[in-house]
Amino acid sequence: MIPIGHYLFVSLALFIIGVIGVLTRRNVIIILMSIELILNAVNINLVAFSRHWANVDGQIFTLFIITDAAAEAAVGLGIIIAFFKNRETVLADEMDLLKW
Amino acid sequence: MTPTQISQIAFYFFAGLAVLGAILTVTVRNVVHSAIFLITSLLATAGIFLTLGAQFVFAVQIILYVGGIMVLFIFVIMLVNLDVALHQLQFNRQGWVAGLLALVLASQLGFAIWFARGEGSLDIPAGRTGALSPQNVEQFGLALFEKYALPFEIASVLLLVALIGAVVMTKKRV
Repeated sequence: MIPIGHYLFVSLALFIIGVIGVLTRRNVIIILMSIELILNAVNINLVAFSRHWANVDGQIFTLFIITDAAAEAAVGLGIIIAFFKNRETVLADEMDLLKW
Repeated sequence: MTPTQISQIAFYFFAGLAVLGAILTVTVRNVVHSAIFLITSLLATAGIFLTLGAQFVFAVQIILYVGGIMVLFIFVIMLVNLDVALHQLQFNRQGWVAGLLALVLASQLGFAIWFARGEGSLDIPAGRTGALSPQNVEQFGLALFEKYALPFEIASVLLLVALIGAVVMTKKRV
């Protein structure tokens, strides 16, 4: 039997990789994909603990997180398209309209 | 090989694949390649769900994440002209701060997981193993439509709001 700690460490690795992607990449699409990685890491945690307690509730939270990810991706990509039509760029540090 | 060994091998294979795909997702230069590696990572995560006996989440992960969200990503990558961005600097100048922050976060969480091992706290209790798996979809459906019926309806409202938001956002004139 695989100890639950191994699942938690895989989840931790994916989470940290996602955080590094969000903090260092300049391309907004890759930043959104890193956010998907972070949400995915959380899903592994929830399903692992659902197995650990033999309780299906964690898997239902996973379903809600996937729903959220779909909503977030739709709105986020809509913003990216709208921004690209205005400014012709997808780089995060060129998005400085609110900065002066 | 016993089924336990097969499940262990499957877990470590999928875990390695997921981490490898994630690393390539955030380091590779081309955005389309990045999306393909993210799909690899998500499929490997679906495999991890399967080794945990969560068949329904496994199916939802493949259908919704890989079939829905990633196709949306690839559509947008093709709608947005990325040729200019491809030849510019891919990482911003705060790399070392981000690395330091990630290192601190990783050591903190890793210490927490390491500290909580043993003495039953994080080991799977005896007699509970695999009790979930055979009727997974049945249990899932019962819990979703009885205990979590209200959050389920709220999630559908959320999806409607996101739908309207995405349409309004991409309209020519708001």
